[in-house]
Amino acid sequence: MELAIFAIFAALALVSALVVVLHRDPVKSTLSLVVTLFATGVLFILLGAPFIGVLQVLVYTGAIVVLFLFVVMLLNLQREARRSEPGGRGQKVFAGLGAAAFLAFTAIALWRATGGAQTGPLAPDLVDLQSFAIELFGGYLLTFEVVGVLLLVAVIAAYIVAKRPEPASGSGGDSNPEGSR
Amino acid sequence: MSVPVSWYLVLAAVLFAIGTAGALTRRNGITIFLSIELMLNSVNLTLVGFSRLLEDRTGQIVVLFVLAVAAAEAAVGLALFIALYRHRRTIDLDRVNLMRW
Repeated sequence: MELAIFAIFAALALVSALVVVLHRDPVKSTLSLVVTLFATGVLFILLGAPFIGVLQVLVYTGAIVVLFLFVVMLLNLQREARRSEPGGRGQKVFAGLGAAAFLAFTAIALWRATGGAQTGPLAPDLVDLQSFAIELFGGYLLTFEVVGVLLLVAVIAAYIVAKRPEPASGSGGDSNPEGSR
Repeated sequence: MSVPVSWYLVLAAVLFAIGTAGALTRRNGITIFLSIELMLNSVNLTLVGFSRLLEDRTGQIVVLFVLAVAAAEAAVGLALFIALYRHRRTIDLDRVNLMRW
């Protein structure tokens, strides 16, 4: 049963990840990322992290991917996507080789570290949300607060960066759109 | 039958390699960003896998923080792309070479 679910969602994740990387249209890439993230969320639940799995679907596919889609639609990239990507066959070959070499190293390292390891039945303590929360707000409270501050800073930074520069902001403001063409 | 955790870890390595290849080959800024999200996600899978293997909850907690940092990174990065598109009318990263040597 677990093997069947693992096989289905692992294959789904792999295929949709390939579509994310290979598809020319950014909208379809983004929608394919939803499938990848959902499949990974199911794998999280299989690995005994149901809270993380649900959070993955909520935060990633619910918020981050919607942000991506919003920006893709806002920027109207269809014309850009249709234009053929210029040359760079050598770059593709070397990037593929580099990724394959990296894959070989990491896969061999992970396999040698954990290859024969058998896991017992899922410990209830690992799945329990209450003890998860106690540990999160116990030893990791400071990290949690710092992450909250990081999110606040990120929201402010996103607002400042994406803000439309004011046209009549005096002479020679440093947010002059014409000067950087 | 129970699936060995090492299968999950190898799957995560494959996903990471796909993301790496995408981030290195694509020109469209949005697609590069999606590839980076793919890599972050595969690392999350590795963390949860090791958390299962070692029966330790720390991996799951780190995944929570990685999710938050990924959200912050996506917000700032997409805002940068909006600003870039407003200035240059493109997010083709080959044509954005202002800061190249």
